[in-house]
Amino acid sequence: MRQIWDFHGGVHPPENKSQSTSRPIRKATLPRTLILPLSQHIGQPAKALVAPGQKVLKGEVVAAAEGPVSVAVHASSSGTVTAVERRPVPHPSGLSDICIVIETDGEDAWTHLTPCEDYRSLSPEQLLERVRQGGIAGMGGAGFPTAIKLHPPRNDKVNALILNAAECEPYITADDMLMRERADEVIRGMEIMAQLLEPEECLIGIEDNKPAAIAALKQAASGTHIEVVVIPTKYPSGGEKQLIKILTGLEVPHGKIPADIGVMCQNAGTAAAVYRAVRFGEPLISRITTVTGDGVATPGNFEVLLGSPMSDLLQQAGFDASKTDRLIMGGPMMGFTLTDPNLPLVKTSNCIMAVSAKEFPRPDPAQACIRCGLCAEACPAELLPQQLYWFAKAQEFDKAENYNLFDCIECGACSYVCPSSIPLVQYYRYAKNQIRVTAQEQQKSDKARERFEFRQARLEREKEEKEAKRKARAEAAAKAQAEKVAQQQDAPAEVDPKKAAIEAAIKRAQAKRAPAPAQAQAQAQVNIAELQTNVDKAREKLEKVRETLAESDGANAAMQEKLSNAIAKNEERLAAAEKALHDAQNSAQGTPAASNATPATQADPEQQARAIARTRDKIKTLTQAIEACRETDPQRAAQLTETVEKTKAKLAELEAESAPTDKAIDKPPEPNLEELTSQVEKARDKLSMMQGMLDDARAEQPADEAKIAKLQRAVEKNQDRLAAAQKTLEEARTQASGAGVKAASPEEIEALTSALEKAQDKLAMMQNMLSEAQQESPMDEAKVAKLSRAVEKNQDRVAAARATLNEARGDAAENQTSTDGAGA
Amino acid sequence: MSIVVIAVLALSALALTFGAVLGFASVKFKVEGNPIVDQIDSLLPQTQCGQCGYPGCRPYAEAIANGDAINKCPPGGEATITALADLLDVEVVPLDSEHGESKGKQVAYIREDECIGCTKCIQACPVDAILGAAKQMHTVIVSECTGCDLCVDPCPVDCIDMIPAPSGIRDWAWDMPKPPTNNGAIIATDQNNGMAA
Repeated sequence: MRQIWDFHGGVHPPENKSQSTSRPIRKATLPRTLILPLSQHIGQPAKALVAPGQKVLKGEVVAAAEGPVSVAVHASSSGTVTAVERRPVPHPSGLSDICIVIETDGEDAWTHLTPCEDYRSLSPEQLLERVRQGGIAGMGGAGFPTAIKLHPPRNDKVNALILNAAECEPYITADDMLMRERADEVIRGMEIMAQLLEPEECLIGIEDNKPAAIAALKQAASGTHIEVVVIPTKYPSGGEKQLIKILTGLEVPHGKIPADIGVMCQNAGTAAAVYRAVRFGEPLISRITTVTGDGVATPGNFEVLLGSPMSDLLQQAGFDASKTDRLIMGGPMMGFTLTDPNLPLVKTSNCIMAVSAKEFPRPDPAQACIRCGLCAEACPAELLPQQLYWFAKAQEFDKAENYNLFDCIECGACSYVCPSSIPLVQYYRYAKNQIRVTAQEQQKSDKARERFEFRQARLEREKEEKEAKRKARAEAAAKAQAEKVAQQQDAPAEVDPKKAAIEAAIKRAQAKRAPAPAQAQAQAQVNIAELQTNVDKAREKLEKVRETLAESDGANAAMQEKLSNAIAKNEERLAAAEKALHDAQNSAQGTPAASNATPATQADPEQQARAIARTRDKIKTLTQAIEACRETDPQRAAQLTETVEKTKAKLAELEAESAPTDKAIDKPPEPNLEELTSQVEKARDKLSMMQGMLDDARAEQPADEAKIAKLQRAVEKNQDRLAAAQKTLEEARTQASGAGVKAASPEEIEALTSALEKAQDKLAMMQNMLSEAQQESPMDEAKVAKLSRAVEKNQDRVAAARATLNEARGDAAENQTSTDGAGA
Repeated sequence: MSIVVIAVLALSALALTFGAVLGFASVKFKVEGNPIVDQIDSLLPQTQCGQCGYPGCRPYAEAIANGDAINKCPPGGEATITALADLLDVEVVPLDSEHGESKGKQVAYIREDECIGCTKCIQACPVDAILGAAKQMHTVIVSECTGCDLCVDPCPVDCIDMIPAPSGIRDWAWDMPKPPTNNGAIIATDQNNGMAA
């Protein structure tokens, strides 16, 4: 005799099993409709594979397992799918769940099955696959997927395979009757499981209140290594952990599963189902269900198709509604009340009870706990139900958890013994649920936080990336810009500005004189000479026109105007001719012969030139103002004249400033100095000339004060200019002695030379005019005005010449001569 | 004299030793940030709805750590307030209705045939629970939706509704058994009196 152990606590409620064991298993009739919930097991619901209107055969898969812990659902009979919808399901909540509704056709035609006679030769994998395809879930009550249970995750070695045939709960006799009538199937099923798991021992735990079943099992198990162990009747010896304790003496530690200690428990009904699935390929479409209670006339066990409405089954057992207080699925200890008799039977429905109020009186109102401690004595899990009750009631769930609430198997032994009729198990269920919900919420909020933080990080990262991109773009642009600038700067820096300028000049010169440098030079000389003649001619013409004008003076105003226009035009032409000449000279300078010409800074002289031009404009305006008010207001005229003088002085200063700057642009000192000296000489000549004119004018027309004043101003100006020229000369000399040899840029030389030329022209013109004025009618105001304008123009040109002067010095010796010639 | 010197030396030595130990400890066991903020944050429901007046749960956690009221979180409701009160050892106060009322679990629902695909709600969603693209219909990932209703306002066509979170059979939980009442009192005289002593 095998040693058995005892577990703590337990109760002995009235068994009430005999009512349903007096009749053999009856086959329930085929119902008109089958309602197959997609979730008849623990884990994820199966996924419907059929659509309304689809024909299905008995045993056909109508919903496939989805997810790691899930079980397929098969059609229990042939028929047509009418709906896949929410229907009330057997659940303590009375809520609805998705169900496949099949209208049976009464033919009960099987789909194609694949029986396997020689299942003993199948590999564990093949066996597991057949179990999986059979859609078997634990039939003891919890409904854990059997295929998964038979394949422990870590491949733990199973030392003991235990078949749970205890069926400790009162009233229920489904396993008892199954074992009595189909002990073979149970034993074969267990053999298949043993084949899968290869345990050291195979035990069938069965309570001693089922002698017939024990006998049948022993008979069926003879010749196998399966041992039928008879255990004393005590509730809840059919609890997995309790049965393990009884049979092996081992306790499943807190938070672990039996597989962790090398034990596996399977239900007797499950074993039979496994056998049918492996041997015949029959999926789990029916089960043995006990129908009992005072409400049925012929209580007993039925082999019923899954999905059959309970009302059908109850009818077959002689259901009497008047005698029935309520319907209970499961046993009196652990079952729950059903809300609707039309609920379908599912894989875990081991018992349907139609109980009368007398048989199952409503629980007495709960009273205060009197701390009797009976619950603790009864608890098979060795918990402190009283403490758990307090904590659950006070919603101190963490404390309840610390008191191992989750080791409670909800067997109801504590409630059964409680003298105060406290629904203890309900409290525990509530507390467990609350803890689970809290944990789920915590999980969800953690997920939400994670997602939120991820999103924040993502936004931050996107912002940074955008910023980085923007920066990269800006940098690239800056780099490109810098490169451009560097290229512009680098080339000269590498070559040396002087050389670059020379090269540029050479290039330009070469472009102009493509055939050969020598020839080109000669050509350029010829060109210059030609241009020179042009300029001379233009000048002569201008002189002639002016003479004509002077002659016709006083005779014809209209004629005079025309002539004036002609003069202006001629002047323009002359200027153009001069410009052309200087361009030509410039290009000539660009030749290697003029290679000692140097580039110069441009900005400063330019600025100064602008300032000078501005001052000149001012003088012009002022002079005009003087003229205008001379007659009317001599005093004011005098004032204005003074201002003009001042401005002119300023102009002179500016010019003087510009001259040294120009000079700072160092040029070949020798011609430079010569030039300057010659300029100074010229200016001096002019000054003396002007003074002579002034003297003459004074002697001849003492009355013509205006003219005298003008002449005086001209003299003064010329004096200023002379001074400036001298200064420039001196500075040039100092520079020439101190600074190295540098060349002026051809452009500058060009501009300055042209300006010089103009100034010289105008001076000559003015001389003519003045002489004319001296000779002719001194009282002619109009003429005086004209002369004044001429003087002004001349002044402008002289000033321009001043600016140009220094550049002109950079000219090559040969060009210099021609320039001077043109100037003269 | 020597006693005084010894005493001073001994005390100085002690001071230096402990100073060094404390200094080392302050470097070695330095706590980054305020741990209480993390604890508070873990109690908040993480809807990131901003009904508390702070831009998210963590800022509110920081505010609570700095002494703000604990009753500004409508989504958390009573349970959160109780948990916070427990953690911070303060009085449980009722929810501040100024910040909204506890409405129970909600999820956003987009009436998809009205959605114009503007992506505004996607940008508003603090937990990236809305799926969609420009000019494509959007939809809410129900399992990720925290019910913060931040997506409702930005919707230009008002096609987002806040509906109670779907509760299936798997969300069902056992109720707390009704506490014993005097109506169910066993002693007849108690029943008549209506009140137990």
